[in-house]
Amino acid sequence: MRGVRVHRMALVFLFGLAATFVGGNPGAAEDRFIIVASTTSTDNSGLFGHILPVFESETGIEVRVVAVGTGQAVRLAERGDADVLLVHHKPSEEKFVADGYGVRRFDVMYNDFVVVGPRSDPAAVRGMDDVAAAMAKPAAAEAVFASRGDNSGTHKKELGLWKAAGVDVAAAGGNWYRETGSGMGATLNTAGGLGAYTLADRATWISFRNKGDLEILVEGDARLFNQYGVVLVSRERHPHVKAEDGQRFIDWLVSPVGQRSIARFEIGGQQLFHPNAKKEGS
Amino acid sequence: MTDLYAALAAASSLIFSFDRDLVEIVLLSLRVSLTAVAAAAIIGLPLGGALALFPFRGRKAVMVAISALMGLPPVVVGLVVYLMLSRAGPFGALGLLFTPTAMIIAQCLLVIPIIAALTRQTVEDLWEELGEQLRSLGAGPWRALWTLLWEGRFSLFTAVLAGFGRASAEVGAVMIVGGNIDHVTRVMTTAIALETSKGDLALALGLGIILIILSTGINGGAFLLKEAAQKSQMS
Repeated sequence: MRGVRVHRMALVFLFGLAATFVGGNPGAAEDRFIIVASTTSTDNSGLFGHILPVFESETGIEVRVVAVGTGQAVRLAERGDADVLLVHHKPSEEKFVADGYGVRRFDVMYNDFVVVGPRSDPAAVRGMDDVAAAMAKPAAAEAVFASRGDNSGTHKKELGLWKAAGVDVAAAGGNWYRETGSGMGATLNTAGGLGAYTLADRATWISFRNKGDLEILVEGDARLFNQYGVVLVSRERHPHVKAEDGQRFIDWLVSPVGQRSIARFEIGGQQLFHPNAKKEGS
Repeated sequence: MTDLYAALAAASSLIFSFDRDLVEIVLLSLRVSLTAVAAAAIIGLPLGGALALFPFRGRKAVMVAISALMGLPPVVVGLVVYLMLSRAGPFGALGLLFTPTAMIIAQCLLVIPIIAALTRQTVEDLWEELGEQLRSLGAGPWRALWTLLWEGRFSLFTAVLAGFGRASAEVGAVMIVGGNIDHVTRVMTTAIALETSKGDLALALGLGIILIILSTGINGGAFLLKEAAQKSQMS
């Protein structure tokens, strides 16, 4: 008799555990949602956590953010796996529209990139105004530089700067030039561990919690400007795209309310993103 | 050491404050992994048993394939499921990408080979032992399959637990097909990866400690229940 009882208990334990969770279906209550493919810098910094509740309570549209590198976000949107694309590499965004994947591109906000590195600054770049010249110094000194290496907006910016500096990083791969192939935060963790230089967007840098020995060494060059843009995925290309709700999100982002909401997002008294939407998209 | 203390502090404050986001993430993790393992068991147990009992052409090849697939890299499974469920893929119209269902499918695919391979072995051994007897009783192959699955239930339970371990620990597949969307597809492992990338190592490790407590709790509890059931069976 006892055997049967324990046995039944085991069965009840198992199926009870399974059934509890098979039954639940979160998200079903809110069927009205859009998917936004965006970058880690906007999501990990907490910007979306700050502005989305405002939009959601105003419109009842839930915004689901998939935060990946700009390159991957663009590919997601090209395949139709997102309704809206919000990234930071203008040439890619314009190509996305020109190729017929996107409807129209709007400027949303900007901040800037910074070169961070170890406090000891072995290549002596601290305080330089010319970022290309500053990046050429670690290259010449063969001081370690940690690159995103993931085709993200920051990675593309970095490659542009190497070009301006006249440095061939492809030849230095694995030597002083280390591609982490991962996100900004992971790359900062690596740079901290290696005592390496790296290029970071200011939002991720400010919100990053494991700075350790790293600090900002170069900032302020006009070439470090970092513009974010937003594009609605084309319904002509992907008929399932939630164009109305997606466009509402874009309209809200560039509206005075949305722009104020972006400006109000601060960490430790520092504003992370500066709204700069124009009336007309490009 | 300070990191470890900070992690322990983060873990205990999350647990004792009954953090709502944490509860949501834990429940979703359990729902995804347990559903995936239940589905994998429903498919893998009969599949493994059938492989042990029914001779057919190419059986050896299937057996080798299933054993080999026990080592499937989660990130590759994630990528394949992503390509299947993407709007541009064959099942895109279902709109399953970036939902818990997509995560369940990916984990299920990871677990099926483990359960099927271990089941095949168990049933094959039992057949050696009891085959003669079953044949003399006139049991057909289907009858024999169910009887042997039942006879092997304690070992098979361990196989299912192994599958659960695999499902609840993986991050590569659910990250790709779930998208780690806050409140929708964020589970323990992807939350840990996220906090690590934000540089909040204490919180990441705190979440890790909670995940370990959960998985050891479930595995340990299940093991004790199995032991108790097995013992009472013998007496």
